[in-house]
Amino acid sequence: MIEIRWHSRAGQGAVTGAKGLGNVVARTGKEVQAFALYGSAKRGAAMRAYNRIDDDPIINHEKYMNPDYVLVIDPALAFTDNITEHEKDSTKYIITSHMDKSELIAQIPALQDKKDRVFVVDCIGISMDTIGRAIPNTPMLGALMKISGMFELDFFLDSMKRVLAKFPQKIIDANMEAITRAYNEVK
Amino acid sequence: MAEKMELNEIEVWDGNQAAAQALRQAQVDVVAAYPITPSTPIVEGYGAFVANGYIDGEFVMVESEHAAMSGCVGAAAAGGRVATATSSQGFMLMIEVLYQASGMRLPIVLNVVNRAIASPLNVRGDHGDMYAGRDSGWIQLDAFNAQEAYDMNLCAFKISEDINVRLPVMVHQDGFTTSHTAQNVRPLSDDEAYAFIGDYKPVDEMLDFSKAVTYGAQTEEDWHFEHKAKQHRALMDSYVVIDRVFEEFEKKTGRKYRRLESYMMDDAEVAIVALGATVETCILAAKELREQEGLKAGVVAPRSIRPFPFNEIREVLANVKAVAALDHSVSMGAMGMLYNEIAGAMLSAQERPLLTNFIYGLGGRDFAVDEAKRIFREQKGHADVGYITTEIQQFSGLRGPKLGFYEMKRS
Repeated sequence: MIEIRWHSRAGQGAVTGAKGLGNVVARTGKEVQAFALYGSAKRGAAMRAYNRIDDDPIINHEKYMNPDYVLVIDPALAFTDNITEHEKDSTKYIITSHMDKSELIAQIPALQDKKDRVFVVDCIGISMDTIGRAIPNTPMLGALMKISGMFELDFFLDSMKRVLAKFPQKIIDANMEAITRAYNEVK
Repeated sequence: MAEKMELNEIEVWDGNQAAAQALRQAQVDVVAAYPITPSTPIVEGYGAFVANGYIDGEFVMVESEHAAMSGCVGAAAAGGRVATATSSQGFMLMIEVLYQASGMRLPIVLNVVNRAIASPLNVRGDHGDMYAGRDSGWIQLDAFNAQEAYDMNLCAFKISEDINVRLPVMVHQDGFTTSHTAQNVRPLSDDEAYAFIGDYKPVDEMLDFSKAVTYGAQTEEDWHFEHKAKQHRALMDSYVVIDRVFEEFEKKTGRKYRRLESYMMDDAEVAIVALGATVETCILAAKELREQEGLKAGVVAPRSIRPFPFNEIREVLANVKAVAALDHSVSMGAMGMLYNEIAGAMLSAQERPLLTNFIYGLGGRDFAVDEAKRIFREQKGHADVGYITTEIQQFSGLRGPKLGFYEMKRS
């Protein structure tokens, strides 16, 4: 079982990202789960989304998890939210930030003893450049593919094209570029 | 002619999407709805399907849930296939009309996405609304996950519209835990799903002007009692059709449903009886206890809450030593509903287990696998000494001082 926790603000697309990942993974024959915990459900409020991935049907409905991956798609939440909550010794962190890795870790005490498990990518900048809006969810998935090795980039891009099929070609292309850039730029 | 939708063999849907897709495949003629969290996406989905040409049907916007169910009653009496969805406060406002629908023997499918009831206001999942509907004369089917929300909807139309039933059916799923959790769902194709449900067969439809009929007539002490007795009998006897529909569904899909589901009960020494997504949490706990501690734990879950599987409960719990009934709602001033129903059934059995009651998860409080394991172990403790060592009704996951009521009477 792989467990993933997203730290996001309502409106940044964590739920869409979690469901998109679920869609891609389900096509490979695995069982998936994607859900979210909203606070007051207002745009901009801190919220969390979750993925579980397994070979067997997932019957665990706990909100509690010890995540294998923590994905932070809002830069400020790395500072204000408890992103290391219920972590394991092997939990990997992918954090959206315009700062470089050492600069970011220097400012967040909770991350200082796990430098080799922290990865940084500027999903906000990438999505502004490619999609034209601050929608950091698809670039984060690109970074996750790189760090987890879950799928080859080409396979993932292909699958995401199908997940995004209802959108205009321009938006699909922009998302593909965002995923590719984050895949290549995450450090 | 409605357009067909190409579905993948495996879709990633949450419970609401699954239910909305089932309404589309059933080609529901009329949905009268007043949206409420967390059931909103079901009727929103139906509306979008109608607007985009995937359903030949009509979405009726109304001013309240009372009006929503009234619209459903009118459309069902007129002779259409009818469905809607609601939760919590919306359900409470519908209740007066729920009794009208069942009393008039109108087939309607109501998706109840279970949510706590105010006050205090709370949008999250518990079974307060489900329990408030249990005397309303509706068949109540319970889905434990998104796949089952889809499956139960398909079955619900077929059961509800059967000439030997002609009763409205509620399909329950847990708010957020099921309704907003996307999981793998294996749908039927549009053609297969529609063929399974079949064409709507009108009975005494009001739009047949050649044969005038009356719905909702007044009866006083002369006939009211006979009407109600007949309605109760139809609901009690509906198990025959429910079983048949579940069998047909299994032939079509390979997915087997029973009015009383049981898991690992063949050799179980202790059991939990529960409803909703909690059933799966308890299955996980029982599996782990069997593997790690050798504790023979099992899980029992009414798929059909009404009609209540009285006989099946007696059979499955006959050789169990201790049982915990988990109620996801508090029946204020009394023991939980599941506890009382099970106690009622087991009182007429030769062998009875020790039976305790847990109230848990009100307003969406998390119910963890570890807590289910603790409850199993506690039942094992009762079984070993032969009496209930705790209070009979306890609260699970409650903050503050421990709360419990009644102790076992021992001679």
